[in-house]
Amino acid sequence: MAGTFQLELVSPARLLLSRAVEMAVIPAAEGEMGVLPGHAPMIVALRGGVISVTEGGQVTERLFVGGGFAEITPDRVTVLADDATPVASLSKALAATTLAAAEAAMADAQSLTPEKRDQAMATLLSARAMVVTAEAP
Amino acid sequence: MASLKMLRMRINSVKSTRKITQAMKMVAAAKLRRAQSQAEAARPYAERMERMLASLGAAVATSPDAPQLLVGSGRDQVHLLVVMTADRGLAGAFNSGVGRFARARIRTLEAEGKTVKILSIGRKGAVYLKREFASRFVGEVSFQGKKTVEFADAAEVVARISKMLEAGEFDVCTLIYNRFKSVISQVPSEQRLIPAPLPELQTETTSGPQAMYEYEPSEEEILAALLPQNLGVQVYRAILENSAGFYGAQMNAMDNATRNAGEMINKLTLNYNRTRQANITRELIEIISGAEAV
Repeated sequence: MAGTFQLELVSPARLLLSRAVEMAVIPAAEGEMGVLPGHAPMIVALRGGVISVTEGGQVTERLFVGGGFAEITPDRVTVLADDATPVASLSKALAATTLAAAEAAMADAQSLTPEKRDQAMATLLSARAMVVTAEAP
Repeated sequence: MASLKMLRMRINSVKSTRKITQAMKMVAAAKLRRAQSQAEAARPYAERMERMLASLGAAVATSPDAPQLLVGSGRDQVHLLVVMTADRGLAGAFNSGVGRFARARIRTLEAEGKTVKILSIGRKGAVYLKREFASRFVGEVSFQGKKTVEFADAAEVVARISKMLEAGEFDVCTLIYNRFKSVISQVPSEQRLIPAPLPELQTETTSGPQAMYEYEPSEEEILAALLPQNLGVQVYRAILENSAGFYGAQMNAMDNATRNAGEMINKLTLNYNRTRQANITRELIEIISGAEAV
């Protein structure tokens, strides 16, 4: 694989990553998705999961995102993450508290509208993914 | 003429005022730098969000079941004004500038027969507008005591706005805040949030015609998640610009105050020395005339 594309990862607070990479695996809402240069243009929603970046045939960077969106064009991928942390600096304690909060929110959401329940469910799934990632880096 | 002691006391008090304003200026300058870098760091996200929304929004806006957050309720009767000011004063005309702007806006809207509701962010604006428009208040938010404003805080405000929209409590939502033009100039300005002003599609000329995107899951689902997020970004950006502007204004105000205090000290010192010399001269005359009389 010779080609590269521009990967940009931004969270509301700052620009986390902006450089040319060979491949990125992003956790799209309907399954993990590997993106290579020249991908068809897409806009996808993300669920909580890990973005891995491949450069020079090796995974050089792994970041946990808690949901968001990605815009894919043949020569550029822009990930708008709700929040993003490098996997290495993810702590088990933080993941556990996030999970607890999400579970509580889910319990509260049982009586609300389906949309609210879906939202709480998405948060819960993202928190679970965070725990899994934190425990097995 | 004031006595020497009085003059000395006044000089001392002005000197300590100058020390305080000087310290406040330094603090404001340091905080300004932080607020500015935070505002700059948030810019890429907002820009990319805008780009994504432009391609998405244009496709959906024309369909009849477009989400309310994008097209509003189709009416133009009840206006919600989100007025954003600082929590603290001592920043020159920063807060009252926004207040005046908001007041003029409210007056014109009401003259047109519209209903106005106010949601204030920041304590000072609430105090300013409550004097006249207390009955129009629907809520106030304050970030007082917080060191930095996080995106989650903006999201909270947005959650409140969208809840009101769902309940049909307003038709048009406008944000009024101080745009950060430069350190010395903040411009009170307004920005419509709902219905969302769709950015021009033809802004990007680099990639030729807009690429057709595939969506996963569906356009509607992505849009439903993207819109609140976009609103949050807008509010977040306004909050950051507002706080950067506040520190800029405060720095200027304190700079002026320090300068004025310096001028006052000079004047008072001159006055003090004149009085002192006049006293000495008078005493000399008394002594000499006393000696002559003997």
